[in-house]
Amino acid sequence: MSDKDPALRANAPRLQLHVPEPLFRPGDTPDFSGIKVPAAGSAPRPDTSAPAVDTHPLTTNLVRVLDEQHRAVGPWDPKLDADTLRKILKDMVTVRVFDDRMYRSQRQGKTSFYMKCTGEEAIATATAAALDRDDMHFPTYRQQGLLVARGYPLASMMNQIYSNKGDPLKGRQLPIMYSDKAHGFFSISGNLGTQFPQAVGWAMAAAIKGDSRICMGWIGDGATAEGDFHSALTFAAVYNVPVILAVVNNQWAISSFSGIAGAERATFAQRAVGYGVAGLRVDGNDALAVYAAVQWSAERARTNAGPTLIEFFTYRAEGHSTSDDPSGYRPIDEAKAWPLGDPIERLKAHLLALDEWDEKRHSALTAEADATVRAAQKESEKLGILPQQGKDNVGSMFDDVYSDVPWHIAEQRDAALAEGRD
Amino acid sequence: MPTMNMIQALNDAHKVAMRADNDIVVFGEDIGFFGGVFRVTEGLQKEFGKTRVFDAPISEGGIVATAVGMAAYGIKPVIEIQFADYIYPGYDQIVSEVAKMRYRTAGEWPMPMVIRTPYGGGIFGGQTHSQSPESLFTHIAGLKVVIPSTPHDAKGLLLAAIEDPDPVIFFEPKRIYNGPFDGHHDRPVTPWTKHPASDVPEGHYTVPLGKAAVVRKGHALTVLAYGTMVHVALAAVEEQGLDAEVIDLRTLVPLDIATIKRSVEKTGRCLIAQEAPRTSGFAAELSALVQERCFYHLEAPVERVTGWDTPYPHAYEWAYFPGPKRLKRALEKVMAD
Repeated sequence: MSDKDPALRANAPRLQLHVPEPLFRPGDTPDFSGIKVPAAGSAPRPDTSAPAVDTHPLTTNLVRVLDEQHRAVGPWDPKLDADTLRKILKDMVTVRVFDDRMYRSQRQGKTSFYMKCTGEEAIATATAAALDRDDMHFPTYRQQGLLVARGYPLASMMNQIYSNKGDPLKGRQLPIMYSDKAHGFFSISGNLGTQFPQAVGWAMAAAIKGDSRICMGWIGDGATAEGDFHSALTFAAVYNVPVILAVVNNQWAISSFSGIAGAERATFAQRAVGYGVAGLRVDGNDALAVYAAVQWSAERARTNAGPTLIEFFTYRAEGHSTSDDPSGYRPIDEAKAWPLGDPIERLKAHLLALDEWDEKRHSALTAEADATVRAAQKESEKLGILPQQGKDNVGSMFDDVYSDVPWHIAEQRDAALAEGRD
Repeated sequence: MPTMNMIQALNDAHKVAMRADNDIVVFGEDIGFFGGVFRVTEGLQKEFGKTRVFDAPISEGGIVATAVGMAAYGIKPVIEIQFADYIYPGYDQIVSEVAKMRYRTAGEWPMPMVIRTPYGGGIFGGQTHSQSPESLFTHIAGLKVVIPSTPHDAKGLLLAAIEDPDPVIFFEPKRIYNGPFDGHHDRPVTPWTKHPASDVPEGHYTVPLGKAAVVRKGHALTVLAYGTMVHVALAAVEEQGLDAEVIDLRTLVPLDIATIKRSVEKTGRCLIAQEAPRTSGFAAELSALVQERCFYHLEAPVERVTGWDTPYPHAYEWAYFPGPKRLKRALEKVMAD
């Protein structure tokens, strides 16, 4: 046993720290030709009861269904009827219109904050179509499509965004941090990643009680770096939990590209390999591929064949939130260069190719979504917008800390109410 | 009435609760087949099966997070964090999720659960098996914090905690698992069998949360303590021959302020004993409350006896622990004026 003499290292290379940089910065011309996009239909589809290892080649592949001619091809084609396709399209369009209206509301000073999911609409809406209505979700803030697809009232979403008198969360949560038990939508947390292992816990409970409902946990590419990601996968693997764990890889975590979360070394789907769970990497802008992957994972979970980690490969076409300006860290036109296209345009083109859709109907759909969202907004704004809130019923801010109001909080409530009278 | 030590009483509480409620699940590190490193969950897996009592990965964050998911589903997790010193990886889930869920969901998703964890020193556990982090939890709105000091209260408080609609952090003073401790580490350990509070009723009963116990009546001063320090303080006032009233807080949040106020107004003097480090400890909160509410009854400044503001040093454990000497000085000081 001997430690080497440091002098022997005199000619060794100097150690270097690698700090990842995205391909393009503002002013650069984005060119994504380096991203491998396998042909639609080329990825094999293992049986849902296959050993996890059989799925692992798919973690570096990309499950895609819609081809360049807008046809649904290959073993992952979920063979959906036109009504289902039109429902997903309608939900996606509604989400996009809703996002645009609420973004504008924030800019008009009607609320403090908003987050769009532009470019990612297929992921939540096609997932909602693939799962049962009573399956559970532990979402992030970019799965508003789940609520829209499940028929949660748009006005209730807006009431939450405005923290107004109709806000189901009584003005306590940042806009878009929805929560609704009846729609199987768990409370969104601003502490990123916390919901991922919670989803595993919900599914463990379902398994303990012999339920048939399953659960889906969601996380973004950036938050996979949290310890919660690791504990979710560990618990899911250890107890063979009936859960679907989805990473929405939209390439950006505020201003940090996915390389800062480790994407230069491996895909997010490849994380599944080390845990020994099934893994799928999926074109997140292809509604049919999203549907097929979730359907596959759901069947696997329901038959006690194990959890699945899905990476939805997509692109965050707009800023992180209304508080963000992406022109400061990436080319303005990067979204347009994204090789997987726009999910709404792609599903629309598929329906057109099937002769189940036409431009007139599409215009009517957009107009209808616009009218629906405007009507909801009108209804919601009757109950108030953010700048008017926080003055009435101040005592309610002391409710629900505990099941009862203990003496020390009751004293503080009295003090707050006295301040209001000053 | 059976005689039990604190471990047996806690074990019995689990059995009573789990027999009555099929929705209770128990998990944590080494708590299944083996029954826990302190044996609190011994025999539970055998009686209730592997899907209700099971070992968890070494992942306190994962243990708390999955408990959140289970509570959201509608079952009741009673989880063990093997040592309070290990709770920090679960702190984000406890503080940001467990504590705030009822509030942020406007009551739709309350988080009834119990997080049990052995705390405190005096067992030569070194820095990572001796800490008293209760004030990190009393500071968090939405959590209840409970610390028993006898087998009788341990069972009754744990049953109350399990039945409580709010999340409860249940700190177990591990130094007194097997017998009360008078603070004299060089003397033989007294077993619980010699203590009246080792008479633990069979079956179901509760000790209500938020209710302190006056464990010694007196008129000369009030001593506020919880956990191990209840016994250390009791021994100290006996040794000093003081007519002290000793209050075992039992629940830190919500605090039984009425009992404290009544006592301090009677005695006019107050000493607070905690094993945790001094700065920003729960004793500081107690001191402020007593000063705010009993100022005109006080005949001397409120005195605190605490651990030092250092990590818990292994070989210097008894120089760190707030034992009889530190208590004696503080008692003399609070009685001097």
